[in-house]
Amino acid sequence: MLSRIAESLFWIGRYVERADDTARILDVHTQRLVEDPWIDERRACANLLALMGSPVSDDEADTERVLAALAFDRSSPSSIVGALSAARENARGAREVLSAEIWESLNVTHNALPQQRTMARRYGPHSLFRFVRERSAMVFGLADATMSRDESWLFLILGRSLERVDMTSRMLSTRVLAGDAAPSWTLVLRSTGAYEPYLRTYRGVVDSSRAAEFLLLDRLFPRSVFASLEQAEACLAELERATVRDATRVGVAGEAHRIVGRARTMLEFMSTPDLLAQLPARLEELQRTCSAASAAVTHRFFTEQAPQVWVPEEAG
Amino acid sequence: MADLFDGYLLGQQWDEMFGAVGDPRPAYAGLFASLQPIDGEELAARADLLSQTYRDAGVTFAHAGEEQPFPLDIVPRVIGAEEWDVIERGVAQRVLALEAFLADVYGAGQVFADRVVPRSVVTTSAHFHRQAHGLVPPNGVRVHVSGIDLVRDEAGDFRVLEDNLRSPSGVSYVITNRAAMSQVLPELFADHRIQPVDDYPTRLLAALKASAPSNVADPTVVVLTPGVYNSAYFEHALLARQMGVELVEGRDLVCAGNQVSMRTTDGQRRVDVIYRRIDDEFLDPVHFRPDSVIGCAGVLNAARAGRVTIANAVGNGVADDKLLFTWVPDLVRYYLGEEPVLQNAETYRLDDRDTVEWVLESLDQLVLKPVDGSGGKGIVIGPRADQRTLEELAVKVRATPRDWIAQKPIGLSTCPTLVGGRIAPRHVDLRPFAINDGGKVWVLPGGLTRVALPEGELVVNSSQGGGSKDTWVLSRPRPVGVPEDADPARDLTTIEFTAADLPEDPPTQDPGPPNDNALAQSQQQQQGADMAVSALGEGTPC
Repeated sequence: MLSRIAESLFWIGRYVERADDTARILDVHTQRLVEDPWIDERRACANLLALMGSPVSDDEADTERVLAALAFDRSSPSSIVGALSAARENARGAREVLSAEIWESLNVTHNALPQQRTMARRYGPHSLFRFVRERSAMVFGLADATMSRDESWLFLILGRSLERVDMTSRMLSTRVLAGDAAPSWTLVLRSTGAYEPYLRTYRGVVDSSRAAEFLLLDRLFPRSVFASLEQAEACLAELERATVRDATRVGVAGEAHRIVGRARTMLEFMSTPDLLAQLPARLEELQRTCSAASAAVTHRFFTEQAPQVWVPEEAG
Repeated sequence: MADLFDGYLLGQQWDEMFGAVGDPRPAYAGLFASLQPIDGEELAARADLLSQTYRDAGVTFAHAGEEQPFPLDIVPRVIGAEEWDVIERGVAQRVLALEAFLADVYGAGQVFADRVVPRSVVTTSAHFHRQAHGLVPPNGVRVHVSGIDLVRDEAGDFRVLEDNLRSPSGVSYVITNRAAMSQVLPELFADHRIQPVDDYPTRLLAALKASAPSNVADPTVVVLTPGVYNSAYFEHALLARQMGVELVEGRDLVCAGNQVSMRTTDGQRRVDVIYRRIDDEFLDPVHFRPDSVIGCAGVLNAARAGRVTIANAVGNGVADDKLLFTWVPDLVRYYLGEEPVLQNAETYRLDDRDTVEWVLESLDQLVLKPVDGSGGKGIVIGPRADQRTLEELAVKVRATPRDWIAQKPIGLSTCPTLVGGRIAPRHVDLRPFAINDGGKVWVLPGGLTRVALPEGELVVNSSQGGGSKDTWVLSRPRPVGVPEDADPARDLTTIEFTAADLPEDPPTQDPGPPNDNALAQSQQQQQGADMAVSALGEGTPC
């Protein structure tokens, strides 16, 4: 398939997942500000902004700022509105491979954003977060139901999995790095949608190391870092098999596959206490892994050929 | 200026929000200031959103076989920190006294020997079960969960209206009310410090685990429900989900050789604690109603053998009997050697001829309650009843005085409530919930405030078309030096790092491929050029 289209699909996967996860994080964050009587709002907001990669100083941080930066900023790909608009732009250029239903779903989402924004101003942001979660589920649900499992599907899911690794590790960071202003593990689990699966798995008691373990290592919960890495790895293996022959004897063919596989084995074979003892470093590493893998995918599949540049000849 | 509270009339009763017209009590000052500028239509729109939220989430109460959304009023009820202290102490005290009484009733019976309570009160109670005699629960707790119904009298004092020690329902609405309110009206919360309610399931689970038979390392807890047609099924499901335990029906359980198990895809799995929401009579067809199909045969024998814990214990009904209620203050003094913190609502026993005669003469000024009724059924409010009802009542009371108690009508306090786009006073009560884990009685801060939506209505029971309110207990600033999770049961391990561990420059999120503006422009130029050419073509014939 065309590299350009593949890239669009990859980024649709990433952006939609990002919007979904950001909505989940913000929903829990705002609800917590409302419900926790002892919270230090500025610290909590500053921490959240820092961990989402857009730090500001403590005095400037408040809920208004958090929502502006992470929900409504049209120009930033880290905000919900920005990510959904970017996903729709990518879809516009790839309409011939996307099913009409997926395109329509993304377009409807995009068109509804201004109205959702007004609603959020009036009734509080919860309705927006809920809307975003539902629409993301719809996009991926339609993809699941209407796309053939060919390369286009693989790129979409690869993007989604890599983004999930990144976002879940950021969510974990909000807990372990924020000190007093940190949300409880219950909230972290709730924001990833993992609360009820966790309760059923560990029968009710939320304790730190189990919760961290669940979000990092659980094989069966689809939002855990491990499960997402495994899925990304499977997509990469499949993509490479289609393009590379004779590479089945030694190692793996692609750089991205190597990076993702290494991260996965690190999680799989490191003992949990060791992992938790250096959790902040591991989480940062995971986030950088995603960037590196994303860059490698881009290099391998989307821009294998350096773009041609036309240089005007010197007049002479 | 016309505002929401215009025309809000204060009656004889205590009003929760106002001491005088337009003058809110201190606990309500913040709420009043936030609500006043909102106009009626806006508030009504929010209320619609609130009920929409409830419909979507399926927060329902099955009434007369039909699933109905549980009405949640948009104006919260606020309880100040000092007031709450009194309720908390009073409820915990009462639960401890009733625990001691139950242990006595199903054990030595010292309280009868000391002539504090006549034995006949207990033996004539429909909820006294000889089957429970001598059954000692593993950690001594019989009242794992209780709901103590309180009302506020004209002077503003909380009084106990009744105790619920069997399976009090309503706690799920406390949890969902808070979640829905904070989504729909976040700005109301901004100026308050409100004690959270969402750790109730965690506390409940800890208490249930603590009550497991002593030789079990990691007890399996289940919630036993009568099934989806039960009026409180929503609550059973919510508690099971939030505790992460199985919600079972009687047919899922099997008891063999005094061991209770549940049928799973992996074969039978042992069950150690059953939090049952089924009445005693239906729990075990071996001992109680043989026609019960929602219970589990043999479960009581298993409990007697110490192989399973039933929570709440069988036979608790004897202590929340409305006749025994009149002795509870004496029980507090007898068992704890303390004065009761919370007074009973003024109640008369119909145990001597004179009182019966007096009650029969003044039926039209009293409230008559059947002693074993629940859910507001059978209550006759004298001043509002018609002649025929009173005559029928007199016949019944004369026939079986043991079945009735009489109370002076209490002017239930009123609380501002949104009715038809305006705020009007409506009567409220309060049911705080207490969990006893054997070490401590923990009272959920807040509890369920029920509101009688029809004007002047005094019965606020949820099975009689009542609604509810989110109940806020204001908290003091957190004491310095006490960490957030001071409760050791909550977290066994901690993974703590400080901001110093924060990476120097946190990784930013990957931006996508840049929007190629140059490309977009040239795509547009192409289009523009096409149009220019065609325009040119038309304009200049050659």
